[in-house]
Amino acid sequence: MGILDHHKKIETHATLLLVLSFLVVTIGGIVQIVPLFYLDNTIEKVEGMRPYSPLEIKGREIYLREGCYTCHSQMIRPMRDEVERYGHYSLAAESMYDHPFQWGSKRTGPDLARLGGRYSDDWHVQHMISPRSVVPESIMPSYGFMMNRRLTTADAENVRDIMRVYRVLGHPYTDEMIETAVSDFFAQADEFADPVADRYPGAQQRNFDGQPELTEMDAIIAYMQMLGTLVDFDTFVPDASR
Amino acid sequence: MADNSDNKVKPPSRQYPDPAVKLKQDPPTTGHSWDGIEEYDNPMPRWWVWIFIITIVWSVGYWIAYPAWPGIQQATSGVLGYSSRANVATEIAEFEARNEQFFVQLVDTDLGEIRDNDELQRFAVNAGASVFRAQCSQCHGTGGAGVQAAGFPNLLNDEWLWGGTLEDIHETIRYGIRNEDFAEARWSEMPAFGRDGLLTEEEIDETVHFVLSLSGSDHDADLALAGAEHFEINCASCHGDGGEGDYFIGAPALNTQVWLYGGSYDAIYESIYYSRFGVMPGFANRLRDAEIRAVAAYVHQLGGGQ
Repeated sequence: MGILDHHKKIETHATLLLVLSFLVVTIGGIVQIVPLFYLDNTIEKVEGMRPYSPLEIKGREIYLREGCYTCHSQMIRPMRDEVERYGHYSLAAESMYDHPFQWGSKRTGPDLARLGGRYSDDWHVQHMISPRSVVPESIMPSYGFMMNRRLTTADAENVRDIMRVYRVLGHPYTDEMIETAVSDFFAQADEFADPVADRYPGAQQRNFDGQPELTEMDAIIAYMQMLGTLVDFDTFVPDASR
Repeated sequence: MADNSDNKVKPPSRQYPDPAVKLKQDPPTTGHSWDGIEEYDNPMPRWWVWIFIITIVWSVGYWIAYPAWPGIQQATSGVLGYSSRANVATEIAEFEARNEQFFVQLVDTDLGEIRDNDELQRFAVNAGASVFRAQCSQCHGTGGAGVQAAGFPNLLNDEWLWGGTLEDIHETIRYGIRNEDFAEARWSEMPAFGRDGLLTEEEIDETVHFVLSLSGSDHDADLALAGAEHFEINCASCHGDGGEGDYFIGAPALNTQVWLYGGSYDAIYESIYYSRFGVMPGFANRLRDAEIRAVAAYVHQLGGGQ
């Protein structure tokens, strides 16, 4: 009974109980979480990953704002049916610049992890304005209003602030990237402007929504057209034993 | 007058714990006492305790069999060697191996002869259907009915833009239409007669009526008569004198009720004024040859194949 008598001391002292409970939970947390940051199994360096360009960040912010993640996942699981439908299964590193990640937990619509390049910009515009005109069985709401919501310098500056925060979180944005953030923001929707791809390799640069103005539609399509395109699986073969 | 005896509080018929039930032995108390209230220390149900113990024993087996404990560099990998990545690779390889003979056969067989081999045709149509659902259905619809509002052609009828033979369909899927990815892509471009000032609005109005007359749709006969002249000069070289169309340059037939962008006055007016420029990606760099041949066979047998 000796040890249980000591336990009685803990049970009858609320503060001691709190401190010791916290200690136990901390140990459990450390054992589960810390190894993920150093184990070879869980850290996989892949080629091609880069932080988001300013316009892509804006598109991603819109994606979050509209709650796209409630119906769309961005996580192709390593299962045959998913790989055959959506493409190569997702790698953890492909979400390394997502804060928060967009894996999602429910697929009312299809997975979007490798959406980039799968459809034309025109298709996306048409689909966002009137989803059922291209996919009759779709229950997605219309997002046509994005065509009318113009993006201004204030939006660009807001994105620059977001980039500063991301830098604190460890995204490798250089001083140059932050400096050119506002001009890059506008340049990416204009194929005749300075190439954004100089700083963001593989960034696609063109007028995404077909309108002369820069709108939210440009941003969301710029984001969707880059999803899952950064890692080239022709040259990068993930280690199958992980 | 009232008899108060009925208002007396009656004792409950049973008391808990029932004093009539004699326990063999009072359960021990925990020793805690709050304002004189004590707490019994009954044991856990035996079945519950056993299941608890079994799960602990089970977890030991699990640690040994599956990846579990983190080490310095790696987690323990488990004696079963389980890996979801390896599993999916194995599974895909297994199905590919099973399909390989058909894929090889598909590529080796002349396109026109695929349908002579029942087994191969069956495989091609089924494989093609699944490729179609993943790659083509977003525009052409899950059933291949197309979307007229967006100018995505219906594949179920026998009206074709670039030809409906198996070879034509195969070529279209391979390189696509009006895309920049392939030099071999099918290409043609109708002038924007209104926007570029080739025809006045009045002339376009007349031409629309003539086009409507070609398919026997409602039209104004006088305006159509005037439009016939504009049509002969501006349109007939591609769409044919009678609007029969031309597969060679993807000029749609205008003498049927099948319309790519709609057969209303407004839709035809817009087509002539602004022109249309439908784009289809090529799939030569996205799908393997056998898959392209399979999906061509699938589309060909949907109903309109020539």
